Parts: sequence; structure tokens; C-alpha cells
Amino acid sequence: MTIQTEVKELHAPGHRACPGCGCAIAVKLILRETGPNTIVVSPTGCLETFTSPFRGSSWEVPWIHSLFENAPAIATGVLAGLNSKGNVDGTKVVAIGGDGGTYDIGMGALSGMFERKDDILYICYDNEAYMNTGIQGSSATPLGAGTTTTPVVGDSFGKMVSKKDLLAIALAHDVPYVGTASIANPADLKKKVRKGMDNPGPAFILMLSPCNLGWGFEPEDTVELARKAISTGLFPIVEFENGRLVSAQKIKPVPVEEYLKPQKRYQHLYKKENFNEVLKAIQEKADRNIEKYDLAKDRN
Amino acid sequence: MDLPLGGVCKAGESRKLETGKWRSFRPVVDKAKCIKCGRCAEFCPDSCMEIKEDGAEVNLYYCKGCLICMRECPVDAITKEVEEK
Amino acid sequence: MKGKTAILEGSRAVAEAVRACRPDVISVYPITPQTHILEDLARFVSSGKLKSQFVRADSEFSAASIVYGASAAGARAYTASASQGLLLMNEVIYAMASTRLPVVLTAVNRAISAPITIQPDHQDTMSLRDTGALQIHVESMQEAYDAHVQSFRIAEDPDVQLPLMVCMDGWVISHSYEPVTVFPDEAVAEFAGSFTPVQKLDPSNPLTYGAYADQDVLMEYRYAMMIAQEKAKDKIRSVTKEYREVFGNFDGDLLDTHCTEEAEVVLVAMGSMVSTIRAAVDELRSEGRKVGLIKVRTFRPFPRDEIIAACGKAPVVAVLDKSLSVNSGGILATEVKSAFYGGSSQPVIVPFIAGLGGKEVNRRVIKEIVDIASRAAEKQGAQETVWMGLDRSFFS
Repeated sequence: MTIQTEVKELHAPGHRACPGCGCAIAVKLILRETGPNTIVVSPTGCLETFTSPFRGSSWEVPWIHSLFENAPAIATGVLAGLNSKGNVDGTKVVAIGGDGGTYDIGMGALSGMFERKDDILYICYDNEAYMNTGIQGSSATPLGAGTTTTPVVGDSFGKMVSKKDLLAIALAHDVPYVGTASIANPADLKKKVRKGMDNPGPAFILMLSPCNLGWGFEPEDTVELARKAISTGLFPIVEFENGRLVSAQKIKPVPVEEYLKPQKRYQHLYKKENFNEVLKAIQEKADRNIEKYDLAKDRN
Repeated sequence: MDLPLGGVCKAGESRKLETGKWRSFRPVVDKAKCIKCGRCAEFCPDSCMEIKEDGAEVNLYYCKGCLICMRECPVDAITKEVEEK
Repeated sequence: MKGKTAILEGSRAVAEAVRACRPDVISVYPITPQTHILEDLARFVSSGKLKSQFVRADSEFSAASIVYGASAAGARAYTASASQGLLLMNEVIYAMASTRLPVVLTAVNRAISAPITIQPDHQDTMSLRDTGALQIHVESMQEAYDAHVQSFRIAEDPDVQLPLMVCMDGWVISHSYEPVTVFPDEAVAEFAGSFTPVQKLDPSNPLTYGAYADQDVLMEYRYAMMIAQEKAKDKIRSVTKEYREVFGNFDGDLLDTHCTEEAEVVLVAMGSMVSTIRAAVDELRSEGRKVGLIKVRTFRPFPRDEIIAACGKAPVVAVLDKSLSVNSGGILATEVKSAFYGGSSQPVIVPFIAGLGGKEVNRRVIKEIVDIASRAAEKQGAQETVWMGLDRSFFS
């Protein structure tokens, strides 16, 4: 018989995320930084499903989900509602959505929120596919990754095209604070959440969120894979203020193989010779990031 | 029981769900080795690790047995045991 | 109360009413023929005549979502759309209604593509029939004004708490000019009151909106809206009655009638077409024909008992529809037939499709409808749908 003990977190335990869920780690860390004077908005997705069963919500801040494609617009509305009454308590509005709701179906609403310069922090937990519905490919699914709609069959090597560059899209809207963060570096993640909240106007944080079920790895490796995504150069930890790069986390680059090989979604790339080109392209993508953000400077 | 207006629910009602029942493996902390760094607590998706005076303690009511704590422990103070139901 | 009468565009009359009701948040996306309303409101806000948060949206989907979020945060919220825009809002309005967010929405009725057209009919709002939102259909610019003044109180009532759509025909009402009596802003504001939500997004009481439910409660939430719409009937009656007492205007509550006493043919219709029918009925009555009119003002909640009562002993009821459920028929006619089913009074109900895509419905067409309906009385049983003005040469 185990006893339920008090856990002081704004994201309460008892939520229904899969064991080892990267997103669940992220949300806990995010809410530690936002504190209770925050209203969170989420689109449909894993996060929405595992946190909000009827009479079983794990949110201890006000939280609203409406539909799949409208979280940024709901957030704008919540903020407008607060502002219409003066928002004397300085309540902040934070949206947290997956890649499906952000890169794909919610893109139009996100663009609108960015363009209007609404004072909202939007955080995307990017697990690179529609995990909630059974691992279908999204525009965030990277080149070469197998999903149920980018299947590995014959000469098909999974996703045949590269991932959408959402960071560049945010920057193209003149979003004053844009950054990437990782559960592998909680201190940096929390620092960026704070900056995004304090920044007047929209802020956007992109967070790679490993999914053991969708990517095919052991639950215990969630944080380690998030770390490998950074150290390979595939997911650079960067930060832009008013369009200017202000920080980039230095790395000692390791080959992309260290990140790809532990994941089932990339296994096929190592089994067929003619898929070598794909592996090469993924390595080149990492190398380009390293060069673009000067990530490996420490090595010299 | 009332039907809450508009499907709007109270906060934190997940706390009653004993997700510990999902567990196949149980993390076991060797408190003699634990250096109380708090990494396990930081990374736990289910907020199950509490750092007490004598070391990390697992909240088995919620622990789903993902073993991220074991993997991330810098001093290998956490091992796994098969959960016996 | 004495108001100020001026020649106003229908859209301006709506904007005047909305301004005086002081919504906290307005979010809009342009679509013809709704644009004049939002342009007027934008000017009111920019010039300081209205202290609302005015939010440009990137689509109707976002406009509806913005007022959704605002309403959940406890704000009085307003939006407007038409046609394709309403269809794009459809998904949001379903969720809004079931989440019980009392947003007021002006629906400027316009036909649905394809072919694309900007002409009016009721297909757009009929497509939102089952969302749970209330629908009040207005006949004139004055009624458009009156209904908007009434709308927030009805929607926001603790027993109701549903979105409310004020439906008005595009062009005929939105872009035409007529004398409209506008009442002082202070008096309207007092009548409209302010929104006191029973719950909202608030850090001091952190609630979860939009929870995930399985088979245990979804049906119960649909049923809860049935109850709320029934309760809305009383609220609409009391608000329209009070409006008459304060301002002197009355356009009907759930419905309005004209010359239904001892009528042998009763015409049932909604929207601007009602004015044309009213004129035709007056002419026919002066010729000694016993013809009457029922204006269905609230399509949701649907005034079943009131329609039956207003039809009285009329042997023939002709229902005019500006919308179509393909392979079923006119949507209002279907609902009227359903209202009579199993009751003690069983008039011959003749369904007419008229005015789809803005096809003209003038007094001559109305008189023809009365003639066809009168002849139909001789034939008992189910009546074929009659398509007025349909060019059959394409189908021969």
C-alpha cells in the first residue's frame, strides 16, 4: 500500500503522460518558473490529453483548451479579456502546444498572434510527429524519420523532405524574443521562460521534446536523447533578442549517429546502403547548424 | 453530483490518480550513495522524487517507473527492481 | 423613451447598438457584407467613443477563438461574420456553446459557395443550427438595432449562457438605409447591464476549461444546452417585454404575427423577406383574402408551441425557406412540420424554397405562393417542395 504524499508543483502529479514523457518534464519546469499568476492555453495534443481528463485535471494554474488550430488566438483573447479590465494583477498568458498544433494546423493563428505583437509567451514542445493520434508525420518530422504516415517501405526512407524551420518563421515576424530550450538543461529553460514572460510583446520558445513511444527508445533515455540532440548540433540552443543572436550554447560536437542510432525511427537508415545519402544529409544539417551559430568554438 | 457548467473542472484533481499502478520497474535509492544533488527530482516527469535529509525518496503513489532518475543519477545511487504486484 | 431617428445604414444601426452595450473585447475579420459593421466599430474605438479591446484577427477562425478566450476570461465579447466566415467559425462556435461562453455574434446572412456569390440567403446560419448558439433573425434595420441591444442580456443570463447570433440578411439589411430610432447610449448601457460571469479564468481560482471527457458526460453536456435553450425562451420574452416598456419598440419575442386571425393561409418566414410578406398580406387582406403571417424571430430556441398556437385553425401553412438541406428540403419547413407532428391540429403544410442566392422574392412571388398554397389545401397528405423562380429550362 503506497501513500499519496503532498507534491508542491503547479503541474500536479497523477497526470496521464506516458512513463518518461519529455513534455511532462518540460511543463513541470515551465510552471515552476511562471508561478501561479499565469493562465496557460493549450491546443489539442498529447499535453492536452494527458493533463485534462474530466474531473482529473493536473493543472493548478487556470488552463484553457479549445480546439486544435486556435491556441494562439485563444491566448490573444484571454489577454484581451484581462487587458479590458486593466489586468491589475499583471497576470501572464502562456501558450504551450505541440508541433502539430504549432507547425501545422495552428500556423495561421500563430502567425496572427506574432504579427499583432500580443504579449504572449508561446512554447512549442516539439516531439516531431502527431504522437497523440498514433505517430503520424508532421511538418516538424525531420528528414529520414519513419512515422505511420511517412512509412519506411521499399525505397521510402521515412520523411522524404526536411523539417520546417519554425525559428526562422518566428524571426521573420520580428518576434522580439525567440529561443530554443531543452529539458536537458533546466536552468537555461527556466531562464528563457522568465525572459519570454518579462519581454513585452510576443515571445517564442522552441523545445525539442523526446517521445519514447514515437521515436522508439527506452523511457529512461528521454533526457539523454535531448542532450544528444544538442551535442550533435541537430538542435542548437540559441537565443535571439530583437532579431539578433544573443547566445548560443557551445558544444563538443559528436557525430549524429549518437543521436540517431538509439531511435527506432531512424533504424532503417543503417540497414540499407542507399540510405547513406540520407545519413549524410542529416550530418550536413548538424554541421551547418554548428557553423551557422559557431557552436563548436570551445574546441579550439 | 453536479455537472460543472461548460465542462469546466477544478484544479489539480489528477492528484487522486495512483499512476504508480502503471509501474513495471521500481527505482530503488541507495541513500548511502545519494549526494542529494536533486537531478532526479528535476527530471522526474511525475514529480515523484523528494530530496530529504537522508537522501532522495521515491513517491511510489505516482512513480510510473520510467527510470529517468536512475539514468540521470550522477553517482549511480538509483537501481531498478522488478515491481511485484 | 424618446430616441433620435435618423436615416441609417443597417450596419451602422448595429454598430450603434453594439457600441452602447460596451463590449470589453471585439474581434473581427472582414467578409462581405459584414465589413461595414466592423469598420464602424473600429472608428468608434480609435476615436475613443468606445473603450473596447479591438483585435484584428487573421481569419474568422481566429476571430471566433479570440472572443472565445476573452469570454472565458470574463469579458463581454462581440464578433461578426457572414457566409464562408461563419462556416469557418463553425467548429469554434460548437465548442463555445458547450463551454457556455455567451459571445454575441452578428451573422450577416449570405449564401454559401459554390458558385461563389455575395448575395443573401440563410444557408450560412442554418449550417450553424445545431451548434447550441441562439439565433435571432431580424426583419429590418430597426429590429437589427433593437435585437443587438437585447442580445447581451439574453446570452449572458446565468440560466442561459450561450452564444447568441443576431442574423440579418446581407445587403437588404446590412447595406440599405432606412429611418432608425437610436436611443441614448447611457439608457442602452443601463438596459444592457454588465457581464458578471459565474466562472472565469482567474489565478485566484484556477479552473480547467476544455477538459477531455469520455462517454460519461458528453451526452449530458448536449442535454444541458437543451435545457438552457428552453430557459432562454422565458428570458427572451422578459427582455423583449422590458425593452418595449423602456424604449417602446417591440418586434416580437420568439415570434411575431400579422393578420393571423381567422387566416385560411398562414405564411411562415424569417428575416428581411418578412417585410415583403407583410406588405403582400396587407394587399391580399384588402382584397378580402384571409392571409396571415408568422415571423419566426428565434430560430433557436425554436418556438414550437408558439407557432402551433399562432397558426390557430388555419387549414394551410406555407413555409418559406431561404436555405436547403439537400435531398430533404427547406430547413424551417422541416422544423415546422416536426412541430405539428402528433398534435391535435394538422394543417396542410406546404414548403417553399425561395430566394436562394438572392433570387428575388417580391410581392408578386408572395401572392403566387399564397395561390399555390391555397390550391394545395385540396390535396391532403405530404406536399411536394415548391421551388419559386427556379429556371427549369436547365433541367428539361
